[in-house]
Amino acid sequence: MSGFDFDIAVVGAGPAGLAAAARAAAGGASVVLLDEQAEPGGQIYRAVTETPVRDRRILGPDYWHGAELLGPLRDSGAAHWPGSTVWSVARAREDAAGGRRRIQIGLSRDGSASLLTVRHVILATGALERPFPIPGWTLPGVLGAGAAQVLLKTSGLVPSGATVMAGSGPLLWLLAWQYLQAGARIDAILDTTPRENWRAALPLLPGFLRSPYLGKGMKLLLEVRRKATVIGNVTALRAEGDGVLRTVVYTRNGSEHRLPAETLLLHQGVLPNLNLANATGCAQRWDEVQRCWRPTTDDWGATSVEGVSLAGDGAGIGGARAAEEAGRLAALDALHRLGRLDRAGRDRAAEPVRAALDRALAGRAFLDTLYRPAEPFRVPADDTIVCRCEEITAGAVREAVRLGCSGPNQAKSFLRCGMGPCQGRLCGPTVTEVIAAERGVSPAEVGYYRLRPPVKPITLAELAALPKGEADLDAVLKH
Amino acid sequence: MFRRLPEIAAAGDAIGFTIDGRPASARAGDSVAAALLANGVTACRKTPVSGAARGPYCMMGVCFDCLVTIDGVGNRQGCQVRVADGMAVETQDGKREVEL
Amino acid sequence: MTQPKQGGEYDVAVVGGGLVGSALAWGLARSGQKVAVLDEGDIAVRPSRGNFALVWVQGKGLGMPEYAGWSRQSSEDWGGFAELLREQTGIDVAYRRPGGFMPALSEEDLQSRANAMMRLHNQPNMIRYPYEVLDREALLKELPFIGPEVVGGTYCPLDGHCNSLRLLRTLHKGIGLLGVDYRPNHRVERIDHRDGGFRLATAAGEVRAGKVVLAAGHDGARLAPMVGLSAPVRPQRGHIIVTEKTAPFLHHPTNYVRQTDEGGVMIGDSFEEAGFDTTLQPGVSSAIAARAIRIFPLLGKLNVVRSWAALRVLTPDGFPIYEQSATAPGAFVVTCHSGVTLAANHALTLAPLIAAGDLGDRFQTFSARRFHVPQAA
Repeated sequence: MSGFDFDIAVVGAGPAGLAAAARAAAGGASVVLLDEQAEPGGQIYRAVTETPVRDRRILGPDYWHGAELLGPLRDSGAAHWPGSTVWSVARAREDAAGGRRRIQIGLSRDGSASLLTVRHVILATGALERPFPIPGWTLPGVLGAGAAQVLLKTSGLVPSGATVMAGSGPLLWLLAWQYLQAGARIDAILDTTPRENWRAALPLLPGFLRSPYLGKGMKLLLEVRRKATVIGNVTALRAEGDGVLRTVVYTRNGSEHRLPAETLLLHQGVLPNLNLANATGCAQRWDEVQRCWRPTTDDWGATSVEGVSLAGDGAGIGGARAAEEAGRLAALDALHRLGRLDRAGRDRAAEPVRAALDRALAGRAFLDTLYRPAEPFRVPADDTIVCRCEEITAGAVREAVRLGCSGPNQAKSFLRCGMGPCQGRLCGPTVTEVIAAERGVSPAEVGYYRLRPPVKPITLAELAALPKGEADLDAVLKH
Repeated sequence: MFRRLPEIAAAGDAIGFTIDGRPASARAGDSVAAALLANGVTACRKTPVSGAARGPYCMMGVCFDCLVTIDGVGNRQGCQVRVADGMAVETQDGKREVEL
Repeated sequence: MTQPKQGGEYDVAVVGGGLVGSALAWGLARSGQKVAVLDEGDIAVRPSRGNFALVWVQGKGLGMPEYAGWSRQSSEDWGGFAELLREQTGIDVAYRRPGGFMPALSEEDLQSRANAMMRLHNQPNMIRYPYEVLDREALLKELPFIGPEVVGGTYCPLDGHCNSLRLLRTLHKGIGLLGVDYRPNHRVERIDHRDGGFRLATAAGEVRAGKVVLAAGHDGARLAPMVGLSAPVRPQRGHIIVTEKTAPFLHHPTNYVRQTDEGGVMIGDSFEEAGFDTTLQPGVSSAIAARAIRIFPLLGKLNVVRSWAALRVLTPDGFPIYEQSATAPGAFVVTCHSGVTLAANHALTLAPLIAAGDLGDRFQTFSARRFHVPQAA
């Protein structure tokens, strides 16, 4: 058990992971890139190697940039293991005696689990869509805009019946633009961006004017506004139906309107996908501007857990181009920690990368502020389901607070919210904010779920087949 | 309901599978969840808690709403499994049954 | 909620808001006491959030027959207790007593279980209860899904289980309805016995009470000496695994595997001396999973949705401590690792005695004095 399978494992093959793996392997480390999907690209470049959407105008140039990351990965010699679900990252128990830091990664491939031993791990787990808890968001026919984009990229599927898009944020507009390029139907776009956000965001505009997103973003936005029905200042939203979506109901300027719909695509920004980092024990902090939890990292992506770093949106939302550069920085630092690159060499190599990262992040504060979702869409009314798995409403969470629950972990044990298979990914941010609002304190004080492996389901048989030490067996059988 | 973009629809479906025993077709590379949506199946299960209907929501493996039975094994994430020729996909009603 | 008097004055301050503390607070409030529960916050060492939810009698009390009797009493009173909770709060804590099994994976194992049950019942002062030793054929009739390695097992009709998280929530709802003042984020730093009462310095100010009950789990070791008591408890780590919700197939709880009322299968457990470290060990989880599959092979296909490691509150002999302080009368310590099984006793039997201020002779056996072995000169 003293050997290492690889020097570095990178988890996630989106922009951060692809760049990190390529850079680390180019630096001489043995690297494995572990990814849940069958093909590299993550969600942003999903299916970039094999999408049936061959007309490049539909998905747009930013999407096709993803393909440029694949050559360097191939050339670097990093091993790429697609179809590999990482369900745990843990310090090995034998650490103290052996003296060498060993990190064990719990992996599931083709229905069989194994433990991989590495010196360093770079988590590049990316983002997921911010929960959009409105009444009826659990109805079939209601999907995330990100989900709709995956359907387009992987399968060339677009909605065929009456289609309503609702929410705010760049991805919603990008999807609308892609749908227009593809000739897909959009009956209405319900813009929930709060009007007052403009006032808060305006002082940040100068930063955004330097952003590479500016030109492209404005062009895209104007085109969508010209070609599609955009309804602004939407302050309330619900989905209605009888086992399947039938109607989208929205409030604008105080009056309610109804739209028949077969498909409702919701989006209000993305959040760090932090379950694996959290379950690994990485400290995290509340980001007031992005209104989300993000793992605490230094300039290189190093977390509070030795040997574990983070790169990309999983460490805080910065977008695909920033993720790529963050991946390179994490790789350089990992090479340094493994003794393959001295400090000066690391810092020198990082200079152009940091410059590129700064360029990619320019204007981020403006976007974060402009597209911050309105409170009623983050802290829903009592009758709205917040935990989709266990079907727990915001009202039940508030009642738990009245019983004395001061945070999400006690609420979880009282209500089961966050205990289902999604492990709080779809309710955690909402539960934190509902409790904070009810207690009148900040989300930072309320905290977040303490997660445990496995962060993705594995079968009991897979778990049972893992290697066991004598101490493990004694702990279970000698009683 | 979802449809293929015309150029892709023209290429035709190569994969034959079944949904609750009914023959269906899909494109190679489709996930099971995508294949269900392409075949007009929006709701793929009823929840074990209240029996409410659910369908694919996130398409990236995090929400667990697209759980279906695939080749006799319950609670598989439809969006994380590629559809294959001859695959038997079944929608689920409530709690998973343990296969003996 | 009852408004505390100036400075926070109560008949009783219960330190700890887990299953032990909240069951006692519920019973104390029903006995007419004005009660405060002082608890820690959202992140705390909380065995009550990590237990296995058995209401179990079988095999308990070898070495202390009074504990066997105490467990049996709680099992007998549990149904009524659950009913009282349901009437008060409208919540069903899913208590069922279909009888519990301990399947054995070898003849040797079965024999040693049978011997232990015999030795248990041969103790002086033991109040005997029914149990059976079953061979494989007999066991198959009750548990049709056992694996080929299971040779038989023991059975006790007094064993049952409940939904222990719902029990915790229900007790909290119940104490709220009874006017108990529940105060989270009130970690107790110091307790002074003064003027016949107690002053508790907490993270959020001072609380005064006529009596104090230490139901603080692991923190009892720190707090008990402040009022002339001792609670020599240590943490013992146990791993538990839970599967996805599954259609009902297992109609009896067993010591390692039980199906919850919600459908998930809970699988335990392990015994590790690891201090307060609750990091999961993949090897230990694996060993637990492997044993469960040997007992019930069909579990192998189920998805694990959660697992955790919790810390039992263990005394040196594993039995509870119930004691009133000799030097600071009105201070009580209550500690055990079976907060679920004993919840009925704590709420219905123990709390009224604490309210009355005297535990009586019955609890002499449970005094921590049993650990104070005189040192050889």
